[in-house]
Amino acid sequence: MREGGASPPCFTMNSTVKQSEITTRYHLPGDFAIWVFIFAELLVFGVFFLSYAFYRASHVEMFNMYQDTLDRESGAINTLLLITSSYFVVRAVSAIKSGDARRCVNWLAAALAGGGGFLVIKSLEFADKFSHGISLGTNTFYMFYLSMTFFHFMHVILGMIILAAVLFKARAGGYSAEEYTGVETGASYWHMVDLVWIVLFPLVYVIR
Amino acid sequence: MSQRTSSNRRLTWIWLLLMALTLLTYAVSKSPYSGAWVVMLLLVTVFIKGHWIIADFMELRHAGLLWRVLAHGWIILVSAGILIAYLMGL
Repeated sequence: MREGGASPPCFTMNSTVKQSEITTRYHLPGDFAIWVFIFAELLVFGVFFLSYAFYRASHVEMFNMYQDTLDRESGAINTLLLITSSYFVVRAVSAIKSGDARRCVNWLAAALAGGGGFLVIKSLEFADKFSHGISLGTNTFYMFYLSMTFFHFMHVILGMIILAAVLFKARAGGYSAEEYTGVETGASYWHMVDLVWIVLFPLVYVIR
Repeated sequence: MSQRTSSNRRLTWIWLLLMALTLLTYAVSKSPYSGAWVVMLLLVTVFIKGHWIIADFMELRHAGLLWRVLAHGWIILVSAGILIAYLMGL
């Protein structure tokens, strides 16, 4: 090898030091891949939201008229449910960081109950709209309302499947105070579902 | 351990404030008030809620700059876009 034979170990040592500095200063919760997935989802929802907002700009009267038919109580209660469920997941992460797997499981179960409540209320809302003969083809407002809230609905289901998987692994002793990446991964996805809804609720149900 | 307790207390406050802001949004939806200033107020609450969810619930407060810029950039762009579109429709 060249005279740099001694330099690689030196370089490795430097980079190791830097790596540990980075890990202590910065921490991305959960798995890296979930964040790529989360931002892809946020991008899609962002396009949905802005399409709604700008399409509405040239059809204000029609949007205001049909927005009046939406159930704002359901929308508000569902917002409270998702925020509370997100908070329970925060407590689940905190519990496992303290090494308390049992409490982590309990908080996750409570979070799942919140998600379940959301699905029930949203289903009743959909059923009411369908019983009035409203569908994607009724008009552009309902097209946006139904497609955006149904797309979000599917994300609530996926988020609950992920949380349930984390719950079962936590119950089987799969996480500890030292290794809890999976809990953070599920939590991050669930917060994304919440984040999207806190924009969707005022945009579709309230702003007029 | 006590650090975790104080962090939990902070997160509980954030949860309660998120609930309060949601009730405010609901109250606005039932009120006769509308217009640019009301929408601006609603979007400010969206930004504040988004900030807490991103920084504290998602814990991106401790993540690298790129992640924080992406997440906050998303909530700012979406809120600003909604406001511009609303003003265009007036």
